Amino acid sequence: MSASTIPLAHGIATEDFAQPYHGTVGMVCLIIAESAIFTIFVVAYLYYIGKSISGPQPREVLELPIFNTVCLLSSSFTIWLAERNLKRGAMGAFSLWWALTIVLGGIFLGGTALEWRKLIYHDGLKISTNLFGTTFYSLVGLHASHVIIGLTMLSIVLIFALAGKLKREHSRQLEVLSLYWHFVDGVWVVVFTVVYIIGR
Amino acid sequence: MADSTLPIGSVIDLTPPSEAYGTWLEQVHSWVVTVDHKKLGIMYVVYALIFLLVAGFEAILLRIQLMVPRNNFISPEVFNRLFTMHGTTMIFLMGMPMVIGFANYLVPLMVGARDMAFPRLNAFSFWMTALGGLFLYYSFVGGVGLQGAGSAPDFTWWGYAPLTERAFSRGHTADYWALALIVAGFGTIGAAVNIIATTLCMRCKGMTLFRMPLLPWLNLVVAGMILIAISPLTAAQIMLLIDRYLGGHFFDSQAGGAPYVWMHFFWIFGHPEVYILVLPAFAIANEVIPVFSRKAIFGYPAMVAASAGIGLISLSVWAHHMFTVGMTSAQNAFFVLSTGLVGVPTGIKIFNWIATMWGGKIRFATPMLFCTAFVVQFLFAGLTGIILSTAPWNWQLHNSYFVIAHFHYVLVGAIIFCIFAGFYYWFPKVTGRMLDERLGKWHFWLFVLGFHMTFDLMHIPGLLGMPRSIYTYEPGRGWESWNMLVSIGGIIQAVATLIFVYNLVYSYFKGAEAGPDPWDAWTLEWATSSPPPEYNFASEPVVNSRRPLWDLKHPEDPDSRYE
Amino acid sequence: MNFLCAGEDPQIMFAGWLQRKGPGPAAYALLLLLSCAGHAAWGAPTDNIVYQTPSIFQPQSGPAHMIYHLSLFVMQITGAIFIVVAAFWLYVVVRFRQRDPKDDSEPPQIYGSTQIEMAWTVIPILIVLVLFLTTARILFAIQDAKMPPTATHVDVVGHQFWWEFNYPDYRFTTVGELHVPVSTEQAPMTTSLRLLSADVVHAFWVPALMGKIDTIPNKVNSMWFNPDKVGMYVGQCAQFCGVEHAKMLLRVYVQTPDDFAAWVKNQQQPAVQDPAVAEGRQVFESQACISCHVIRGTAANGKFGPDLTHLMSRDTIASGASANTPADLKLWIKDPDYVKPGSLMPAMQLSDDQIDKIVAYLSTLK
Repeated sequence: MSASTIPLAHGIATEDFAQPYHGTVGMVCLIIAESAIFTIFVVAYLYYIGKSISGPQPREVLELPIFNTVCLLSSSFTIWLAERNLKRGAMGAFSLWWALTIVLGGIFLGGTALEWRKLIYHDGLKISTNLFGTTFYSLVGLHASHVIIGLTMLSIVLIFALAGKLKREHSRQLEVLSLYWHFVDGVWVVVFTVVYIIGR
Repeated sequence: MADSTLPIGSVIDLTPPSEAYGTWLEQVHSWVVTVDHKKLGIMYVVYALIFLLVAGFEAILLRIQLMVPRNNFISPEVFNRLFTMHGTTMIFLMGMPMVIGFANYLVPLMVGARDMAFPRLNAFSFWMTALGGLFLYYSFVGGVGLQGAGSAPDFTWWGYAPLTERAFSRGHTADYWALALIVAGFGTIGAAVNIIATTLCMRCKGMTLFRMPLLPWLNLVVAGMILIAISPLTAAQIMLLIDRYLGGHFFDSQAGGAPYVWMHFFWIFGHPEVYILVLPAFAIANEVIPVFSRKAIFGYPAMVAASAGIGLISLSVWAHHMFTVGMTSAQNAFFVLSTGLVGVPTGIKIFNWIATMWGGKIRFATPMLFCTAFVVQFLFAGLTGIILSTAPWNWQLHNSYFVIAHFHYVLVGAIIFCIFAGFYYWFPKVTGRMLDERLGKWHFWLFVLGFHMTFDLMHIPGLLGMPRSIYTYEPGRGWESWNMLVSIGGIIQAVATLIFVYNLVYSYFKGAEAGPDPWDAWTLEWATSSPPPEYNFASEPVVNSRRPLWDLKHPEDPDSRYE
Repeated sequence: MNFLCAGEDPQIMFAGWLQRKGPGPAAYALLLLLSCAGHAAWGAPTDNIVYQTPSIFQPQSGPAHMIYHLSLFVMQITGAIFIVVAAFWLYVVVRFRQRDPKDDSEPPQIYGSTQIEMAWTVIPILIVLVLFLTTARILFAIQDAKMPPTATHVDVVGHQFWWEFNYPDYRFTTVGELHVPVSTEQAPMTTSLRLLSADVVHAFWVPALMGKIDTIPNKVNSMWFNPDKVGMYVGQCAQFCGVEHAKMLLRVYVQTPDDFAAWVKNQQQPAVQDPAVAEGRQVFESQACISCHVIRGTAANGKFGPDLTHLMSRDTIASGASANTPADLKLWIKDPDYVKPGSLMPAMQLSDDQIDKIVAYLSTLK
């Protein structure tokens, strides 16, 4: 008798138990780590509110980016619709909603760029101007960089979809990606509250 | 029958390994491109060992300088660089890679998986960590010191702003330091994600979470802590770089920035970091002590709960490093209490280890020697920790040599001792050969002697008012003899470590054949061959209890009845 | 004023310390021998060496006494825990070792015991609570103490790498050596310090008087003490602050009220103007010295370096790195890096003649 036929388990067969999808677990871990990074930047922002020695102060220069915010938050809804369509196998609708998500994200990014342009050239607020400039550009910039990463990944998926390589069975992977996008949206709610409501 | 002594054949692949080893270039290539958790684990550990020797050498230089008062062995600039590099290296390039390397090698084997959940992320994490080390040590060359000579960070490993700002740290040493920690931090976070996903998603059939061995359990807790604790350091270092490169003012006291904020951010990372290093060491003790006492671990659920408890409470104790920075009395009191409470689950662990040994038949092979010493040394280190948590006394002890002695008692007396135990315990699994026992005993006894000579006595100059981070001291303060003895002890430790390294090399080539299960142990890694094949197990194992191999060896009295 | 410690010999200090800690006589003899050896080998006295151990077990003020008593209490508790648990450990290691290497039967397997585990969870929690309450009582007593109206106020400013002491009530500044009045039962005198920093983080630590508190830029910290014995107490910076952190030494002179008042009166005077050294003063004022140093009543009004108005009233220079003698002063001015490598005072490339004249001038600044 060859040793390789001796079973490791003997006697009772084990009850089945389900383990979560490792992609989802990995993304949740990443989100926890990212949240910790954002927390530190948010705490620094809150701590330094009103501690700038020289101007300009937030109240003088910041405007509420309502339109941007609406765009970004609604993109969470469109990505959810896209996902639902993928699960049903409606590839056309999927691509449409997915593309719309990218457009909405792009509008948000463009809006941020215009806001920074105004702040830098019109109001003279640079990252080195005062504590407000330092904390503002760091926090909003950190978030914007996450939007850029998200948009890049979304775009890659769109290219695959348009090339017809994306299949219904990929929906689990895309769920992981959309989890990231929801996180980016969620962070914006915090950043918006801290920077434009509490800090102004 | 091929292996009548070991009825676990189904997981051992009996087909002989294919011949082809290839040229040395192909060998190197296979290591560079590998995504195998075992090869990556070995690389982590070897990398950490190299830095253990480097940072140990730095420590010896420091101790020679401090042997006598007003010594001129090395200049203050060099001394400051060396102790900064010693601390940073030991934490980030020795401690972290070492514990992650052990986890990388062992966690998939112990949960019966064929690899980590994300093998490529695993390779990426290792190379990021390696890059971090390169950055830090490149500062010796690229840091731009006087007359274009190399330099290195010289502002302590906790790098209190504004010393790290442009105004006080010209040149690029602080940049290399910050970059190294950010990059190595990304690697660490990647490894943590992997460990969590592996333990939560890749366990073999029958291994419910509460049948998972304690080593993967503790590493799961540690990985969770890494996610929450390393990230603040990354954030703070990014802020520092914004200050240095973009003219920001986060920690710039001239523009209203508060150095105080850096302290909080740093220690929010810094204290959990200690537990991130010590829990994997506990994990090793949790495997070694039961096997060599021939008993199941005492109070498995309590051990899991205590580890999780340490993980949670340790996130709320950071400011006990900051009793002297002028917090309000209420804040100070809070951190006194939380620090005291973290001692409770830690105490439970010590009691459980002693209870595991109680009533056993303890075999004092080298791994067990190290773990036995570890238990009582960690007890002592924990108690000096309690001493340091009493805020008013901490005002006296903080930043004195007492603190240095305390945390070296933890880092060496607990962590390094457990890591040595881990080496002696798993070396046969990794290489197929036993480490030499005679050399092992020499290593152990010399190291114990050197350790106690150095770190027991080091408490005393602290009590006599000697502050840390000083390159020299005045004669007449009553510190001379102590420093001399401490330095001699350091040299004894260095000798012991060299014996250990020699043992590694010697036994790799000449050691006795180990066989799959030399220690008569109980967890899954001993069910496969030594070294394990690339895919770990020929067929996926199925387990019914926490000690699957115990069940096989004692079918008349399997563990599964008691769980 | 010679405070260089008669009867403060290190051996005697060890003896006192050990008796309080109470190890066996053999260990004591060994330690005594070692400290003698250390003394003989490296303790060749020069004028700057002070034989004083800044031990935290020799408290000389109210808060330091409180901390000392707390430390004894905490040490008793932790010591008892160590002895009990280590005894169990030792018993287990000896009693349950494998006696017969050939015996490969397994011992009975025990998986845990809820009662025992509950016990060793609850008992430590109780111990932690006791320690916490004791600690908190002393913490609040020291940190939240009300300063009496008679308190002597001093603003301590940490610089790289020296200490500045401003007496706001008396309007003068001194450097490196803090003078405070002694506190007796008949005439309690509290000294209240505000701790500030001019550059990086430092920590003010004189173990005999009080634990350390950091001086942090953009933050005002405070501490107080009421020294109960006249004498000189050594301390030093306890937070790494740069190259010369090790030589950022510190002395506190505790004086009788009369001596303290006399010292204050002298410090309040402007600098002595001695025509005999006018030449030296002229060299001093024509060099860059005056852009960093203050000598009140002269053209020297720099703020970056130490105040030199009453330089000669101090026992040390270079923040305690060197004795304050004309020879040492000369060496220091000629090449500060020789005395204290990395100190921020530059070597001014003066001729020996110029340095002699400057030292002659400085030597009159009583």
